[in-house]
Amino acid sequence: MSKITINIDGVDVQTNEGEYILNAARANNIFIPAICYLTRCSPTLACRICLVEADGKQVYACNAKAKDGMQITTSTETIEAEKRAIMEVYDVNHPLQCGVCDQSGECELQNYTLEIGVDSQSYAIKDVAREAKDWGHIHYDPGLCIVCERCVTVCKDMIGDNSLKTVARGADAIDAEYKETMPKDAYSMWNKLNKSVIGLTSGEEMLDCTSCGECAAVCPVGALVDTDFMYKSNAWELKQIPATCGHCSAGCQISYDVKHTSIENPEEKIYRVMNEWNYVSLCGAGRYGFDYQNEVKTKDEVAFTKAIEAFKKADTITFTSTITNEEAYLLQAMKEKFGYKLVNNEAKAFQTFLKEYAQVSGTSLYGSDLKAVHNSNFVISVGAALKSDNPNARYALNNSMTVNKGAGIYFHPVSDPVIDGMGKSIMSVTHAPLQEEAVLYLILDLFADKSKLPGQVVEYIASFHSQKTITVEETVKEKVVEIVKEMKLNEETGEEEEVEVEKSSMVSKKISKEVEVDENRLLEILGADKKFEEDLEKNLKKKDAFALIVGEDLYTHPNHKNLARLVALIEKYSDFEVTMIPPLTNSLGVALLCELDDARGTYTIGYNTQADFTLSALGSGDLDMPALNQQEGTLTSINKRVNPTNAALAYHGYELNDIANALGFEAEHVIEYTAKLPVEKGFSALEFDSLPNHYENDGTEMRGYLLENIACETSDESVAAFAEEKLEGELIYLANPVRQFTPFTHKTTQLQEKSGVYMSEAFLKSSDFNEGDRVKIQTQNGEVVVDVISDNKIAGNIALLPTFDSKLNSEALFSGYRFSSASIQKV
Amino acid sequence: MNNEQFNDRNVSENGYYLVDIQDYPTTGWDKFTRVVRRTLRGELFVGLWVVLREMIRFDIHTVKYPEEKMPIGPRYRAVHEMKRLWESDAERCIGCGLCEKICISNCIRMDTKIDANSRKEVTEYSINLGRCIFCGYCAEVCPELAITHGGEYENASDQREHFILYEDMLTPLDKMKAGTQLEFEGFGAITPHEDERVKKTPLAY
Repeated sequence: MSKITINIDGVDVQTNEGEYILNAARANNIFIPAICYLTRCSPTLACRICLVEADGKQVYACNAKAKDGMQITTSTETIEAEKRAIMEVYDVNHPLQCGVCDQSGECELQNYTLEIGVDSQSYAIKDVAREAKDWGHIHYDPGLCIVCERCVTVCKDMIGDNSLKTVARGADAIDAEYKETMPKDAYSMWNKLNKSVIGLTSGEEMLDCTSCGECAAVCPVGALVDTDFMYKSNAWELKQIPATCGHCSAGCQISYDVKHTSIENPEEKIYRVMNEWNYVSLCGAGRYGFDYQNEVKTKDEVAFTKAIEAFKKADTITFTSTITNEEAYLLQAMKEKFGYKLVNNEAKAFQTFLKEYAQVSGTSLYGSDLKAVHNSNFVISVGAALKSDNPNARYALNNSMTVNKGAGIYFHPVSDPVIDGMGKSIMSVTHAPLQEEAVLYLILDLFADKSKLPGQVVEYIASFHSQKTITVEETVKEKVVEIVKEMKLNEETGEEEEVEVEKSSMVSKKISKEVEVDENRLLEILGADKKFEEDLEKNLKKKDAFALIVGEDLYTHPNHKNLARLVALIEKYSDFEVTMIPPLTNSLGVALLCELDDARGTYTIGYNTQADFTLSALGSGDLDMPALNQQEGTLTSINKRVNPTNAALAYHGYELNDIANALGFEAEHVIEYTAKLPVEKGFSALEFDSLPNHYENDGTEMRGYLLENIACETSDESVAAFAEEKLEGELIYLANPVRQFTPFTHKTTQLQEKSGVYMSEAFLKSSDFNEGDRVKIQTQNGEVVVDVISDNKIAGNIALLPTFDSKLNSEALFSGYRFSSASIQKV
Repeated sequence: MNNEQFNDRNVSENGYYLVDIQDYPTTGWDKFTRVVRRTLRGELFVGLWVVLREMIRFDIHTVKYPEEKMPIGPRYRAVHEMKRLWESDAERCIGCGLCEKICISNCIRMDTKIDANSRKEVTEYSINLGRCIFCGYCAEVCPELAITHGGEYENASDQREHFILYEDMLTPLDKMKAGTQLEFEGFGAITPHEDERVKKTPLAY
């Protein structure tokens, strides 16, 4: 994108070609009022208050693109009159209940009314009854709603649930005389506003979506609020703690809003989680799953002594990736000092995958990130249950489709109604488990530059192609010429006479034709739709930015090494930029920092996982540890960024650093290790206190620092052929429902997803299982007895077993790979 | 009068002066003479004479507290009161939290929740009178004229907290029934001629 210069109110401003005027102004700290516009989403044009004059013409700053040399004036007499009238209209019939409104002053209606200086009202209309609605986790008060449609826009353009829409308000028409007397834009804005309120797309009484709460976050007034937060606290009483969400690898920037619990209890409590919704969108776990702290009153010295003894006795430390980089660094340092084995299966799989990938790609890390996915226009996802593995990856996919007019392919054995609901331009290919290699070969086949690809791979791919003659019926239009006799008036004689006229017409004709077509057996293997190639051709038109997202299914696949090499080949020889979803919060950090081992030794210490001696932030172990919302430290995200997080709540017990100190390390705080994170792995030697955690006005992410993608030695580019084996029959898949990731999300009060085996509605109908049945699931590795839960967010016949409930211990049923055949029987 | 001299509120610059204090006695003899001098000075009898003189004249202005009490001005700022609505006897407080926010000695706290009728309910309200400086900001900011100051200045007790129970601050119902709740006329009260200053919003009814 080329840089251009525009002039706003006499100030020369640098911006990108094709940028909206509003964004250019915001990036340069020039204020243009705007209510309905959301950065990263498409302009809604509901509020019309962002009026500016560009080269003498009135335009809306939110959807007018900047052109080189443009002269922009943000304030003229007519614009000021429009703005004043627009704000007056918004204030018509708006209840004067600011005193008890949950927005408590964080209200854009209030701000702009004061900013524009509305001190009297000139318009009036009869109000209609608008009753408040309880939509489950969201509460909607249409009385307060100004129908800016930001909720609708964010749900459609960012989240992809399309759960909200505008519905009829049923109000009287606006008094006709206003059409003449009112400023033009204000009148048309009012006309639209007066006809609509927000409703549910489904037409049901309750919201049935992926419950991210982003609609309530973007609401400029108190119309949409989180039901749980209602009337709990005024916004101004809450102290905002900038942090990084600890639930998944997206590492979203959040702020924990804390205040004393009550008059009696001065201990701080998290009341809600807020986000910079212009630049980052949260999922339901990030927004509502905040109270997973481990409440510990005092230091338990007895348990601590036992822990030190256990550390002296142990030869293995097993842990999950819900720890900070600093703790991972400490564990590695302990390994180096005392020779512990470090066991972490999920990070180990990711680490192995990355190492194998690096051998072909020549870089230690994947090349892209989710920001690039947002900006791309053709996205492929392989091996990830996108909406639950990393909701932000799903938002990025949806955002690229809606805002960049993009398209995509979703390869996954479990078909997903949420992904399908994003629109027609996403093609879902539901292949059988174990066929991920075929998927990657297909991507190579379709997109790689075959002239550069290793010859052996090209040959192998070619072996799947065959020429086939098929008969197609085609409709051909033919020109038929006929001679018709017509009566016509002879102008000279004034008499009617018969003349012959030539008439031609087009006639459709069906003909059969024999055509040679190329048949791709890879598509057949994957069970792709018959129209796949046709659709793909259509969807690939005008696409220039390609992104590939790969997920945990590949890391745990029996042939994960081959898959890693294939992914590297795709990145190297096609236009695709690769992003890998780390399995857990800090799996990437752990994979970079720790040398991991495969098997446990004789005496094991578990950190957040069950072992001979358990350290647990869940409060269930032998020694309590702080949870991620009680810790300072850094977390490495999917975007290859080392994000700082602060302690939102106090923690009074022992932490890993105390144990390390007792074992001979010396650090007063664990964040002293931040600057010591290894530079040769891509980290920077920066002190924790110097790491920023915010977004700039132009959306620049000022958070921590980016990992350096270290170049490494490459080996040959050989890849293996794939065996055409696949899992069939009764299958289970290790994946969580939306909003659940770990036992930490399970612990929170607002995320009350039931644990059990999740089956799609269609599967329940076709089988003899019913919701609520107790079933025994048996694999070659073991068995569990769980409840059947109906899940309308999945489709197909594969049942899902979650990992968030540690009581189930569902991982034990699987031998690494996320899919397994199983027998499910009622008990 | 030129008020500029009062505009400079920075008294620390040159506002200090030394107090003329005699040197403390150091030797034992000096200490002894000071005690004798102070003891035998006739000042005590000057005071006693004034009292005796006024007693004989029977011209006494002393308020015989606690039997007799001075009237308190309507704008006096003593221990807070919580008013009720005249129309319904319901509490005026809507729980907006402005008093909590504005309190400069940070002594007001409230807990709120959503009640059964989906309205905001104040579950707990507390003023820490140990910290309160009776500045009147809470009464001034209250949009509902709910929290006001009262005339109750006799706050001698074992615990100052005894005055701040919400139930005690609230106007008793029998007083409401009798119609004897007094409106506060101090900070935050509606000023005279308020009606003239309000612009009317057009209504389509």
